[in-house]
Amino acid sequence: MSSDTREFPWGEFTRRDRAWHPPAFTPPYKTSVLRSPGKALVSLRQSIGERTGPVFGHGDLDPLDNDLIRNYITTGGEAIGERIIVHGRVVDEMGRPVKGSLVEVWQANAGGRYRHGNDRYLAPLDPNFGGCGRCVTDDDGRYFFRTIKPGPYPWMNHNSDWRPSHIHFSLFGNAFAQRLVTQMYFEGDPLIPLCPIIGTIRDKAAVDMLVAKLDMNEMVPFDSLVYRFDIVLRGRRSTFFENRPEGN
Amino acid sequence: MPVPYLKETPSQTGGPYVHIGCLPHFAGLNLRTQEKLHVLAGGGVPGERIRIEGVVWDGSGHPLRDVMLELWQADSTGTYNAPGFRGWGRVGADPQTGLWGFETVRPGATPWIDGRPQAPHCSLLLFARGINIHLHTRIYFDDRPEANAADPALLSIELVNRRQTLIATRQAGGQGGSEVPTFRFDVHLQGEKETVFFDC
Repeated sequence: MSSDTREFPWGEFTRRDRAWHPPAFTPPYKTSVLRSPGKALVSLRQSIGERTGPVFGHGDLDPLDNDLIRNYITTGGEAIGERIIVHGRVVDEMGRPVKGSLVEVWQANAGGRYRHGNDRYLAPLDPNFGGCGRCVTDDDGRYFFRTIKPGPYPWMNHNSDWRPSHIHFSLFGNAFAQRLVTQMYFEGDPLIPLCPIIGTIRDKAAVDMLVAKLDMNEMVPFDSLVYRFDIVLRGRRSTFFENRPEGN
Repeated sequence: MPVPYLKETPSQTGGPYVHIGCLPHFAGLNLRTQEKLHVLAGGGVPGERIRIEGVVWDGSGHPLRDVMLELWQADSTGTYNAPGFRGWGRVGADPQTGLWGFETVRPGATPWIDGRPQAPHCSLLLFARGINIHLHTRIYFDDRPEANAADPALLSIELVNRRQTLIATRQAGGQGGSEVPTFRFDVHLQGEKETVFFDC
């Protein structure tokens, strides 16, 4: 397709604010020391492969994928723990809903233990909890899933550091440039200011974006508490004048 | 008053258990047992079948055995999101050796911003414990030297000797006697051989 001169019908995405995201090299989070690039990132204009991304639909999902209380039952009953629903909207930096984005989540169980061979924490596994879920945002960018509140756990960093309760999130948006993996924390958790991984983020306002708020208006009476976690992905810029060739 | 834009949600590391959410069966969960996300191209997909494999190395020369990688590419004609070929794959490194591999088709050339062709390439993202925001690189193929020499993205890398870090090398024979051409793409996070990572 070397003769292809079609123009991209979609704008470029805004620049990523690298001072807002955590830097790669963050010594208090020790593992980053040997895993952080030492050279500057190379600026790359976004071409078609960065402005597009894989498409996922409801056909890719199992009906229980967004119900972590019930999607890993092995001995009967349901997962043990504080029943919660997490919901929110995925929007871009311009405030527009991001439709059809795959949202993947994973987490520890109520005791702070992951169902993973590398997790040696002494808290027991819950036979009815896997800790894996996913959903796709609707036309308004909304998503929700049901789970149990994960427990905090100790980890090898500065001897026994403690992770606050958290849920891992993976988002695709609609283009590879919007790809984002992050973690959600819970309002009021006293471990948040002590966490070296949260501490990789320099701006407190950025940390606050990762803290889900208790949403009492949406709580399910006599069933579940609800937390609201809105997510912002990079925004697509306007194309005021059609794509002109680069200066070079 | 500034223009009221929202800020992007900040990134956090995928952590050591990224596989639970992204590759649950690989993590040992009895979920999605039929899923093989490292195989991008099933039997019916047109194009030249290739395998891309490698190891991600940390700054002390040790393999990342817990890294997760994602591949994104056009189909053999250079079309993204082609019907029947999603063009996206995901794999976890081997927990003992750190080796990872994708089975796919060789991508076609795709247009640069000004319509010039880009050499066949795949985008590659890395997620792992200790990586605070995912790393973004590209894989080109060493048996397409002319296309690579004219590739606008490679040419935009100012330090000429670093361009080579994005070029996978075709292995002699096929892997395990198979006929499928295998390309080796090692990623170096630090040091003299540090791979080019993009801000894009």
